[in-house]
Amino acid sequence: MNDATITKASGTHSYLDQLEAESIHIMRETVAECDKTVMLYSIGKDSSVLLHLAMKAFYPGKPPFPLLHVDTTWKFREMIDFRDRRARELGVDLLVHVNQDGVARGIGPVSHGSELHTDVMKTQGLRQALDLHGFDAAIGGARRDEDKSRAKERIFSFRNAHHRWDPKRQRPEPWRLFNTHKRKGESIRVFPLSNWTEFDVWLYIHRENIPVVPLYFAKPRPVVKRGETLVMVDDDRLPLEPGEVPQLRNVRFRTLGCYPLTGAIESTAISTENILRETLDSRYSERRDRVIDQDGSASMERKKQEGYF
Amino acid sequence: MNILADPAAFARDAVLYNHESKSLLRFIACGSVDHGKSSLLGRLLFDADLVLDDQIEALRKDTGQLTGAVEDLDFSLLFDGLAAEREQKITIDLAYRFFATEKRKFIVADAPGHEQYTRNMATGASTADLALILVNAQSGLTQQTRRHALIAATLGVHHLVVAVNKMDLVAYSRATFEAIETEFRKFSDRLGGVSITFIPVSARGGDNVVKRSPHMAWYRGPTLLEKLETVDVTPRAANQAFRMAVQWVSRPTPDFRGYCGLIAGGEVRPGMEVIVQPSGQRTRIASIVTADGELARAGTGQSVTLTLADDVDVSRGDLIADVARPAEVSDRIDARIFWMGQGTLAPGSRFHIKLGTASAAANISGPMHLIDLGQDAAVTPVDRLMSNEFGLCRLELDRPLAADRYGANRETGSFILIDAETHDTVAMGLVENASAPALTPDKRDSVVRSVATRIARLFGKNETHGRSIAKAISWRATGSLDTFVISWIITGNTAIAGSIAVTEIVTKILFYYFHERIWALASWGRR
Repeated sequence: MNDATITKASGTHSYLDQLEAESIHIMRETVAECDKTVMLYSIGKDSSVLLHLAMKAFYPGKPPFPLLHVDTTWKFREMIDFRDRRARELGVDLLVHVNQDGVARGIGPVSHGSELHTDVMKTQGLRQALDLHGFDAAIGGARRDEDKSRAKERIFSFRNAHHRWDPKRQRPEPWRLFNTHKRKGESIRVFPLSNWTEFDVWLYIHRENIPVVPLYFAKPRPVVKRGETLVMVDDDRLPLEPGEVPQLRNVRFRTLGCYPLTGAIESTAISTENILRETLDSRYSERRDRVIDQDGSASMERKKQEGYF
Repeated sequence: MNILADPAAFARDAVLYNHESKSLLRFIACGSVDHGKSSLLGRLLFDADLVLDDQIEALRKDTGQLTGAVEDLDFSLLFDGLAAEREQKITIDLAYRFFATEKRKFIVADAPGHEQYTRNMATGASTADLALILVNAQSGLTQQTRRHALIAATLGVHHLVVAVNKMDLVAYSRATFEAIETEFRKFSDRLGGVSITFIPVSARGGDNVVKRSPHMAWYRGPTLLEKLETVDVTPRAANQAFRMAVQWVSRPTPDFRGYCGLIAGGEVRPGMEVIVQPSGQRTRIASIVTADGELARAGTGQSVTLTLADDVDVSRGDLIADVARPAEVSDRIDARIFWMGQGTLAPGSRFHIKLGTASAAANISGPMHLIDLGQDAAVTPVDRLMSNEFGLCRLELDRPLAADRYGANRETGSFILIDAETHDTVAMGLVENASAPALTPDKRDSVVRSVATRIARLFGKNETHGRSIAKAISWRATGSLDTFVISWIITGNTAIAGSIAVTEIVTKILFYYFHERIWALASWGRR
């Protein structure tokens, strides 16, 4: 050990260092106190940061838990490529779960609408996967700045045996002391990025050089305009309305999900630096581009009570 | 000469550069109901240009104010997140908000004002550097204001900012503001060494929030945002003795053994001599491992992995500490307790304690004192604590743990109590003293002790002796009358029946008294 090179002499710590250290602490606390942990990996930028933090938290070892991707079968193709490549590069276990019942019923966002699709393929799919493997703790990348009901959620957030969240029965989390004692049938969702904002996530990606799905960077892509939303035509499953012709526009995505439910924004940002500048200047929050969050002011709270992550 | 084509773009790049080196301020916002806390926070974000257009659109939809000036919107609705809160128009649960200016990133714990939600306020204060306390200029200081200030100070918040709000409703009166300041200062010696700043504001008009008020030229202090941006946030733990609670033992390969944790105080360097507590083994730090390479030193707030020079027995829950200034180790901890449980907290209650990364079983023992927040923190002896009350008591643990006084280190001096049945977090604890000599972990001794405590309790609290005696007499009067009647019917002789009943009065009063006290020992069948 003595001949090891000292690569970084720590000086004062910026707020990003603090956020990083706290997230690592949360992850270590989870694996130390829970029986079977999994990390939900949704392939987006928050998941990229989460995975990066997990690699750091358990260095020089590998994260002592697998990644789980609940595949709705409607993700952008580039997301799936990126997912498989990253898991291979980092040598981590990746579990992919598809709600086969939903597939058999032919559930999709176009045919059945965003609400039913999200409920069956995402919420039910997640519950199936957690029950199937018997995970008692699932680490996820949700942030408190994403939604008003998220702002009130604890870092260690409990779900009953039916995966329901009860906002009125939350445990206080003073200091850094997390109570992980579970009642019968309960499981925990753990959110290490709770105190990060969208900007913090990008700044950290920029600083740490974390790979993200190329869809976050602007490029000419085939899109159709529906209302105020630009929808990318990622494959031939998206039915075009009469007279609708996909146009090549220079677009990127602020959030990633099922492609028919995710709006693109016109942008010229081709680097993390550009994105940071764009985020600082933006007058809109990222959720605006997600179709599923606009079902009503309390829609996230309701979905979460039903077991959505 | 170099002329910048776009000064704004240049400024933005500088901002980007500065973002990385920004500091972090955690503060808690608290105030009585209707003192305008949510409105003030909303105004702060709005005037700092941090409310986004789609949030304003959503706000317009929520309030039905589809037209009209943006300034007139009800900003409090930006903050009330849960459906029940929007329906009742009050804040129920603690919410965390984030915003950043060019100088700082802020994490705001937005705490509800109602007394029954005090636990949320205490939770928010536990990690805060600063407390923003709202006072309504019209109604002045309330019981709740004092309570909030006392809780913040107790939990180690060093800076208080008292924002006297609704100054527009008192005609921006300097006298009103100063009267509130004087009254607050009178009681502030109760708060210990905290710094206090008073700012007259109007959330509605944005006066002294981000922009200086044109109506209060007499006020020369900082605006609220200026104060938040400039208050000193150097971690106090930096000059402390080195502390790291072991979270996780990392053994990825047979030849690597590292101890992971977040540094809770002080600084560590390779070669430094440390003590593993509570076991007391000594060793040296071999290296500080991180994914970014080995470090020459690491300080408070960093998550690291330490390797040790010797093969000592270390596991999760142990504390690695500076050998020159170790933590206290004891299985008896005197602590300030904030009780959040549903029922009452009385001596004899048993819990799980989580202190740092260590867990143990804890038994509450007396004597117990109430720190009465309604009476400026006066300390009075009590036999139980009610929900939302602060008190002093002693905890007896089933094994010794390492701890510091809360005043010396917030991280190693704090704990939570967990109910063994419901698994809820029922109390927050602040270590006052963990230096009581540890009880010998000798079985015989603990049996003797347990018998001693039980005997002590035989004549102890809960039921006074007078009450037990009164109950014995009333019961006996009833019983002896019954005995007399039965004896008389069977023997037909009033004299015999009378003497049986009279003798019985004396003997059975004694039996009943002891029977009652012995039952008082058993918790079986109690709710």
